[in-house]
Amino acid sequence: MAKTQSKKKKQSDEVPRIGVYVCHCGTNIAGSVNIGEVVEFSKNIKNVSVVREHMYLCSEQGQNMIKDDIKKEGVTRVVAACCSPRTHEEIFRKTLNSGNLNKYLYEQVNIRDQCSWPHFKDKDNATNKAKQLVKSGIYRASELEPLQDRKLSVLKSCLVIGGGISGINAALDLARSGYHVYLVERNPSIGGKMAQLDKTFPTNDCSACILAPMMVEVSNTSNIELLTYSEIEYVSGHIGKYHITVRKKQTSVDWEKCNGCGDCSIVCPVKVDNEFNCNMDKRKAVYIQFQQAIPMKAVVDKKKCVKCKLCEKRCQVGAIDISKNEDEFIEFDVGSIIATTGYDLFDPNKKAEYDYDHPNVITSLELERMMCASGPTKGEILRPSDGRKPHTISFIQCVGSRDEKTNDYCSRICCTYSIKHARLLKEKYPDMDIYIHYIDLRCFGKGYEEYYRIAREKGVKFIRGRISQIDSIGDRLEVSGDDDTLGEQISVIADLVVLAVAMESSKGAKKLANLLNISTDKTGFFKEIHPKLKPVSTDSDGIFIAGACQGPKEIPDAVSQGKAAASAASSLMSKGEIEIEPLFAQITEDLCAKCRTCESLCTYKAIKYTDEDKMEVDIALCKGCGVCSAACPSGAIKANHFTNKQVRMQILALTEGIH
Amino acid sequence: MSKFEPNIIGFVCNWCTYAGADLAGSSRYSYPPNIKLIRLMCSGRVDPAFILETFARGADGVFVGGCHIPTDCHYQQGNFKALKRVTMLKKLISEMGIEPERLEIFWISASEGKRFSEVMTSFTDKIRELGPNPLKV
Ligand SMILES: Cc1cc2nc3c(=O)[nH]c(=O)nc-3n(C[C@H](O)[C@H](O)[C@H](O)COP(=O)(O)OP(=O)(O)OC[C@H]3O[C@@H](n4cnc5c(N)ncnc54)[C@H](O)[C@@H]3O)c2cc1C
Ligand code: SF4
Ligand code: SF4
Ligand code: FES
Repeated sequence: MAKTQSKKKKQSDEVPRIGVYVCHCGTNIAGSVNIGEVVEFSKNIKNVSVVREHMYLCSEQGQNMIKDDIKKEGVTRVVAACCSPRTHEEIFRKTLNSGNLNKYLYEQVNIRDQCSWPHFKDKDNATNKAKQLVKSGIYRASELEPLQDRKLSVLKSCLVIGGGISGINAALDLARSGYHVYLVERNPSIGGKMAQLDKTFPTNDCSACILAPMMVEVSNTSNIELLTYSEIEYVSGHIGKYHITVRKKQTSVDWEKCNGCGDCSIVCPVKVDNEFNCNMDKRKAVYIQFQQAIPMKAVVDKKKCVKCKLCEKRCQVGAIDISKNEDEFIEFDVGSIIATTGYDLFDPNKKAEYDYDHPNVITSLELERMMCASGPTKGEILRPSDGRKPHTISFIQCVGSRDEKTNDYCSRICCTYSIKHARLLKEKYPDMDIYIHYIDLRCFGKGYEEYYRIAREKGVKFIRGRISQIDSIGDRLEVSGDDDTLGEQISVIADLVVLAVAMESSKGAKKLANLLNISTDKTGFFKEIHPKLKPVSTDSDGIFIAGACQGPKEIPDAVSQGKAAASAASSLMSKGEIEIEPLFAQITEDLCAKCRTCESLCTYKAIKYTDEDKMEVDIALCKGCGVCSAACPSGAIKANHFTNKQVRMQILALTEGIH
Repeated sequence: MSKFEPNIIGFVCNWCTYAGADLAGSSRYSYPPNIKLIRLMCSGRVDPAFILETFARGADGVFVGGCHIPTDCHYQQGNFKALKRVTMLKKLISEMGIEPERLEIFWISASEGKRFSEVMTSFTDKIRELGPNPLKV
């Protein structure tokens, strides 16, 4: 008995029995590929034992059909001719698994995206190409080898980079679920841009009132390690265990001792532009970033400090030591990473026609700071040139957005925040004249359209058309451009002009993307792996993104993504172990000449020369790119699942009999 | 004799050019059916021997498709390795009597479906102009 069994097994190893399954995908494939022809053609190819078609192969019924064939027909390899393996391979692999067939004995041929769709006008050629691709898949399938997933242990800790509203949400959710979180923020305080906002659409609740309690919770949560005034210096390792080096910039203040009283700032003689208030007032060289800062600790701006040491003497707890200059480096390991580094604003100087040099031309964020009771004007709207209250304000939309010369994309939220500004101003100063010059109004979110309508009812004037020029006339500004509705040129004489500047990827995003080995899109925002189905995953396993670092976003979306990323990281870490594709390189010792070509080529330093005069692949580090395999002069390196034999079979299939 | 239709084979990486082809398909951007793809994880996996063998077996055009230089390769540097190899191979094949224009490397990202179809169309046109692989005749 045992004997026959082993014989049967051997047989199946020697002669593959390939099952070929051709999917109609409704009419998506069957509409322009002749399925019957593909089925007949496949029957005559070597090693094929079963060929079937199905209306929807990925349905439960379709998958059961495959499972049945594995059981009853003894199918040992499966080829599905259907859609893209990038979206559906996993489903089929699971089916093989549940049918007790190694899931790597599966090959998917993409006759939808590569045949029926692009060649939909040409049924004959679409069908012919489908046949060739199926043949290529069958040939490859004959050479497939069973592989075992690698098990990798995953640390139950996460690094969150960026302490804006999305990072705060990600960190809190993970910490509440019991994970250890490192929250790294480059500014002295967390809070991000939201901390600079006055009130927030669509509900007009006060930004600080909803943000501050969450910031406090971060500092009170024992399993969140908060590293502010810090940046990522180096990242190595892999999913499950990333090794992180953080540079904690020198503050010259011992935060263990500092109690946030602010005495040091009072005595400091050096005045510096205050970034938090968009440089509209001054801070000191030693300062606390803003009133609700978390942590509420002082920082010495080393570039601006004159070393008078007055603060040192004044500090009652002796926290300050101006002589400290060195940055500190902190190292730790984490199982996963979430990047939430947000955005920066477009520099309006790049649009010279809008005369940003003029003191009374300001950005929306500058206005936001003025509107804020704790801002540079204590909540009063005053013209920077003379401190007088403006009577007419013009808002200019899409500055640096939807513009071929600067950024093509729409920044999504500027329409709604300008409407917010206009409404709040109208409520405070009902006699103020307010114009919003827009190209299209995009108030897409829940409750946003209603929000816009109220602004209209309050008398805000909406004018459709691009503004081409801003000129100063005396102490006022002439805003000229188009009124598309009336089809004529307009000009508005305003006291204050507010530019709704575009959201751009945050400064340093590219550098961080390189450190994390994640992609950015052509606008510099971090790129998700799939915009619909995997919105917070990146092409580096175990690294997620959330919030405005992925693209322009309002707070509700930034929060949702922060929570989504926390959930994605948590489902990765919860078991403490994951299975990953075994696509690593394998070196056959007998063939290896120890030339060490591969060692120098591997970006991940996964190949090492060992003391025993051997080349060794560290499978935890190897990502399976196959670069080494393509370069090995002795052909000693096998790239799992993309072996020379497998690829050569495809070359054969696609060139055989085609001359 | 029927009109010459070139046989063109592309070795494309899973993360960019293969995905770009998916997008070309789902957006219904058409391109010549002469193009047939072999999927690899990275353009850096393309062994020079694969390309030589494909030509030796009579393919009229071969291309490697990867992620944009310099930063888009999913494995950081694979695209540079592919570029070096293709540059070297162009010289080598021209010594074998194959026009170097029959071999190209293209950077086409996952979001460039339209570009995929455009590049494929112009590459096919070029190969059609060059006529059959000289090794075949
Ligand atoms: C004028 C204006 C008004 C707005 N009004 C509203 C509104 O009313 N309602 C609304 O919903 N939205 C509004 N928004 C949008 C809102 O600001 C964003 O949706 C929100 O701030 C996005 O949060 P985030 O956490 O993704 O990014 P951010 O708030 O930008 O936070 C990112 C954080 O990461 C830090 N960081 C960046 N790079 C690094 C790095 N390399 N290392 C470490 N840390 C880093 C930053 O310092 C920052 O703290 C407004 C925006 C503007 C410009
Ligand atoms: S390149 Fe090939 S032969 Fe050279 S050391 Fe690496 S495995 Fe061995
Ligand atoms: S397959 Fe790529 S990551 Fe793995 S050892 Fe080879 S070169 Fe390094
Ligand atoms: S993954 Fe596309 S070129 Fe490397």
